[in-house]
Amino acid sequence: MTRPVVVLAGGLSHERDVSLRSGRRAAEALRAAGVEVAERDVDGTLLAAFTAEPPACVVPMLHGESGEDGAIREVLDLLGVPYVGAGPAACRTAFDKPVAKTLVAGVGISTPESVVLPHETFRELGAQDVMAAVVARLGLPLVVKPARGGSALGCTLVSDEADLPDAMVDAFAYGPVALIERFVAGTEVAVPVLDDGTGPRALPVVAIRADGGIYDYTARYTAGSTEFTVPAPLPADVLAECARVAVAAHEVLGLRELSRSDLIVAADGSVAFLEVNVAPGFTETSLVPLSVEAAGLDLGDVLASLVRAASARDVRAGSRAAG
Amino acid sequence: MAPDSPDVSRTRLDTYVDRYAARTQGMTASEIRALFAVASRPEVVSLAGGMPNISGLPLDVVGAAIADLVTQRGPVALQYSSGQGDPTLREQICEVMALEGIEAHPDDVVVTVGSQQAVDLVTRVFCDPGDVVICEAPSYVGALGVFKAFQCQVVHAEMDADGLVPDALRQAIAATRAAGKTIKFLYTIPSFHNPAGVTMSAPRRAEILDICRSEGVLILEDNPYGLLGFDGEPMRALRADEAEGVIYLGSFSKTFSPGLRVGWALAPHAVREKLVLAQESATLCPPAFNQMAVSAYLQAHDWQGQVKQLREMYRERRDAMIEALHDLMPAACRWNVPHGGFFVWMSLPPGIDAKAMLPRAVTARVAYVPGTAFFADGFGSGSIRLSFCYPTPERIREGVRRLAGVLEEEMELRATFGATGGHALRLGELPRSGYDGPGTDLS
Repeated sequence: MTRPVVVLAGGLSHERDVSLRSGRRAAEALRAAGVEVAERDVDGTLLAAFTAEPPACVVPMLHGESGEDGAIREVLDLLGVPYVGAGPAACRTAFDKPVAKTLVAGVGISTPESVVLPHETFRELGAQDVMAAVVARLGLPLVVKPARGGSALGCTLVSDEADLPDAMVDAFAYGPVALIERFVAGTEVAVPVLDDGTGPRALPVVAIRADGGIYDYTARYTAGSTEFTVPAPLPADVLAECARVAVAAHEVLGLRELSRSDLIVAADGSVAFLEVNVAPGFTETSLVPLSVEAAGLDLGDVLASLVRAASARDVRAGSRAAG
Repeated sequence: MAPDSPDVSRTRLDTYVDRYAARTQGMTASEIRALFAVASRPEVVSLAGGMPNISGLPLDVVGAAIADLVTQRGPVALQYSSGQGDPTLREQICEVMALEGIEAHPDDVVVTVGSQQAVDLVTRVFCDPGDVVICEAPSYVGALGVFKAFQCQVVHAEMDADGLVPDALRQAIAATRAAGKTIKFLYTIPSFHNPAGVTMSAPRRAEILDICRSEGVLILEDNPYGLLGFDGEPMRALRADEAEGVIYLGSFSKTFSPGLRVGWALAPHAVREKLVLAQESATLCPPAFNQMAVSAYLQAHDWQGQVKQLREMYRERRDAMIEALHDLMPAACRWNVPHGGFFVWMSLPPGIDAKAMLPRAVTARVAYVPGTAFFADGFGSGSIRLSFCYPTPERIREGVRRLAGVLEEEMELRATFGATGGHALRLGELPRSGYDGPGTDLS
């Protein structure tokens, strides 16, 4: 009897609900591709279960902290269990938006100007003065978001300086550090990157246009409230640049098998990096499945190929994977 | 920009997006609802859930009654039944209502799929889009969802420690009529209110009945917690003193089993006829098996003794919560002491936004329901509902301890930023989403 591939979903993060839906869809796609799959949550029984019956491979569909910050993957490495996606060190880097932006900018990729501040700084120096300095430097509008996290939770577009204090408090509700970024008007796009062992390649670029103008949690997970266009209606050279940026971000951050970069294309066609996801969503309204379909690929086949790549890599690398 | 090529796919991921009824507007994903997914994990002390604690039920008695039901009356229990509901059960329902002073005939009872469906049927029968339903402020999130689905306008009227405030009701009636709108009914939860925890006093009940009689306003009395009072006998229901102007809703969800989904409406004859037809249109008939299971339980077991045990358990938990709040909460918090039911309503210190604070609470492994879930007009951000029905007293105290820490942090943060909190709606602005309320396991 073969050991099953285990899709991990749920967990205790703020994105538990999204994660459960991603996990369900990933598991169904893998089953349809002929892979034996088990689904399970992350709880106090996980280690004992994996020790007693190690899975053939794990597909982490855990979003948010623990799932994307490398913690669970660190434990999987300890157990010698192969898994799809980046290793713990790369996850820690990629999940932290300011760190990821810095590293990506280091290879010449544009990213909106930003400041990163923990809430203690506001308390120590006086929030009003610090906020005034931020606005003086970055101007308005601004995007305020938690430094770590996904699904646009805690993110606010601030057009009026008077709304900045509430936006800061909203972001700090999700974590102790906030990223305040200059807003760049343009076409919001997402670019998945796959690597099945043959090298990273970008999938078709998805353009996102939310009805309310802001691709927030409601726009992300309410079918019908956002229009997606694949490939994005952009000139060929801009699409190529989006793909190049996404692959470059994937490589410089040391990611593996699967990532999704979120970018913004300004009216002049310039491409800026916003953030990268090491466990991108697979829900019914998520972007990676859309792009996979637009590429003429089957979601289950793609995931199965990533499972094979992850399993082969860990066989080559030993139980303690680098990266 | 490049023109679309034939290979370009443009999608909204919902092929029916242009075909939905207008009433589905606002049926959207909500990050608040998503956070409740975490509350179901055992690591989290959920003070959000309104789930009855059925751990003390005599499962052996229930099991035997259900086994007998299948073997002895299976052909009836597994068949379609009357749209109005099982006659024996309707007689028993009248005996239950008699405990609250209601004299009723089984012919005027319509069995429903929980009292939630009774709210739905009554609204279906009475309300056109734009009609006004007057509700207490705050009100039950599940009823607000029904009124929204039928495109009713909800007008809230204030409560105080004695329940719905008569002057607030008069003003709501007058203002609504002055605006040329039609009031279809007053929706009220007089006993052990969800979420406010307050109980309408006897004099107040008489006054509210007088106002509604003189103004010609029908009352929809929702009374799922009426038998779960901690002190003395059950309060006399509004329906006990007014047969024609009150539709009364009851439920076995809190006194026996929420999973069986058996509730009822007691309505004036003409209304009852329409409710039966509406019930047949919606479901053909309420589930025969579930009705007969409830009926068998009522016959086979000392159900009133069981309810007494439930009351004692909930009182102990209420006491644990009130003591913990008193010991641990910041001084600026205010809460009421409920004399029955499941819920405490707590006002937060000025400037604290209950919705904005919820992620921090979930991180600290405690959950509550933000007050905004219980208002149709975007208010309530300065309050939260805390339930004491499900966790043990020890877990309740731990949950309150965690919540107090969260509040202290939030107050410090708000003070740092001078943030106004409350996300107060600007005049004329409507809340974007009306579905921030919890799901079925929490309401």
